[in-house]
Amino acid sequence: MISANLLAIFYLISGILFILALRGLSSPETSRQGNLFGIIGMAIAITVTFLSIDNFSSGFLYVILFLLVGGSIGAFIAFKIPMTAMPELVAGFHSLVGLAAVFVAISAFISPEVFNLGTSGNIKLASLIEMSIGAAVGAITFSGSIIAFLKLRGIMSGSPITFPGQHILNLLILISIIVLTYFLCLNQSPNFFWSLIAISFLVGFLLIIPIGGADMPVVISMLNSYSGWAAAGIGFTLENTALIITGALVGSSGAILSYIMCKGMNRSFFNVILGGFGGTDQTSGKTNKEQKPVKSGNADDAAFLMKNASSVIIVPGYGMAVAQAQHALREMVDSLKKNGVKVSYAIHPVAGRMPGHMNVLLAEANVPYDEVFELEEINNDFANCDVAYVIGANDVTNPVAKTDPQSPIYGMPVLDVEKSKSVLFVKRSLSPGYAGIDNDLFYRDNTLMLFADAKKMTEDIIKNL
Amino acid sequence: MEIDPFIFRLSIFILSIFVGYYVVWSVTPSLHTPLMSVTNAISSVIIVGAIIASLAGSSLSVFNQSSIFGFLAIILAAINIFGGFLVTQRMLAMYKKKKKDKK
Repeated sequence: MISANLLAIFYLISGILFILALRGLSSPETSRQGNLFGIIGMAIAITVTFLSIDNFSSGFLYVILFLLVGGSIGAFIAFKIPMTAMPELVAGFHSLVGLAAVFVAISAFISPEVFNLGTSGNIKLASLIEMSIGAAVGAITFSGSIIAFLKLRGIMSGSPITFPGQHILNLLILISIIVLTYFLCLNQSPNFFWSLIAISFLVGFLLIIPIGGADMPVVISMLNSYSGWAAAGIGFTLENTALIITGALVGSSGAILSYIMCKGMNRSFFNVILGGFGGTDQTSGKTNKEQKPVKSGNADDAAFLMKNASSVIIVPGYGMAVAQAQHALREMVDSLKKNGVKVSYAIHPVAGRMPGHMNVLLAEANVPYDEVFELEEINNDFANCDVAYVIGANDVTNPVAKTDPQSPIYGMPVLDVEKSKSVLFVKRSLSPGYAGIDNDLFYRDNTLMLFADAKKMTEDIIKNL
Repeated sequence: MEIDPFIFRLSIFILSIFVGYYVVWSVTPSLHTPLMSVTNAISSVIIVGAIIASLAGSSLSVFNQSSIFGFLAIILAAINIFGGFLVTQRMLAMYKKKKKDKK
């Protein structure tokens, strides 16, 4: 049994260690140390919580048991999960944090005396508001993440689900959450508490269904942020510094990532959240597709072009992840390097289904991270480059974003691949990307379309090198 | 006049948001995926609430209405803690620099 003050100091220490964990991520060299700080912080928080409990009843054994059960499941998932499934894994993990927040809030509501929050039916007003916020945000995080998980996993269609009056309905539900919280504070009736949680589950579900698959980077970041705010809400309820600090860190981290992702698409946050973008609307592209000439080539042509180039820039996108082409890609680059070709990688901020998705896949394939560049770092190099190899990316290379103010993606920062001497575009067909618009790049004179699966084509090129 | 402890917690909260803001902006974009998985792991420090909740039962009946929710929350948070930190570790181990001998 340790004193409450000492306990608070230990929680503060673990909060600081969590800050250092995030700080470590500023460069790959310090990142592993950062992760270690995070683990130590967590170990301290859990250990001192055990020490603060004075009556070690038999319940304690069950705590250890369930901790180990959850831990083994978590460890098993962490080792088994393929890197390409990282977006859905993170979405799934968010849902667990959300649900855990809901459960803790429920427990605090049923037995407030355990947490020193007053007695049942007579909970301190501030605690009641804090736990309502924690429970509501947690429930939204849970159901929202489940939908995001299903969409990313492909169990649910990635196309947006919209219906008339959707936004008004969402608004009404959000207002009713506030009204319910108000009534809950007035008479502390459990019925209001349960309805609050139920309706929050519903709103999480409704918020995410209209958002299309390719907007998932924003959604995942946003849910990351929500999971933080939920933790902070519970932290206030439990008067726990570690939770408050962590909640604030995670909340602002997710918010910044959402902002970066929105900026990468030149869309406002609200525009993404209101949803319904892309997916089904392909009308603009269909009309004149047939008339325009397209040059298509095979692996032999591509190998010839790249072998004789002096510099090649690779532009990976979600298609590379789907085809699991990252290893083949790295092999191709290795052979090119043997031929004296300078190769670098260009990553668009919203390439893939979550922030940094492409970087992880390339790292998995042993691509050194100092060959991988962000959009701003590399965009000027396309003009001096011989071949741009676009693998699984589409809209992020579309020049209409710079030229056509009518286009839905106008103003979005794009990679200037058309400036390179020749463009090799690996794609299964001419179908438009998620924005539902035709890519002008397909019809350029310096573009050679390689119609095939990304992995298959890359392997064929290796054979021809 | 005494200051409500809530104000102190609020101060910590708001200052932490600022710390988070500056720290996260300095995270290199190539590590944004590990950032998400590690934030996910640390937000599971909510497990401390779950542990307290799970000991709500008496020594006679370990499982009561509120401790059951605590135990469930422990499982969920533990999955996240172990899963989150380990998967981050796995990812970070893959980030390598160009080898010196190879050009």
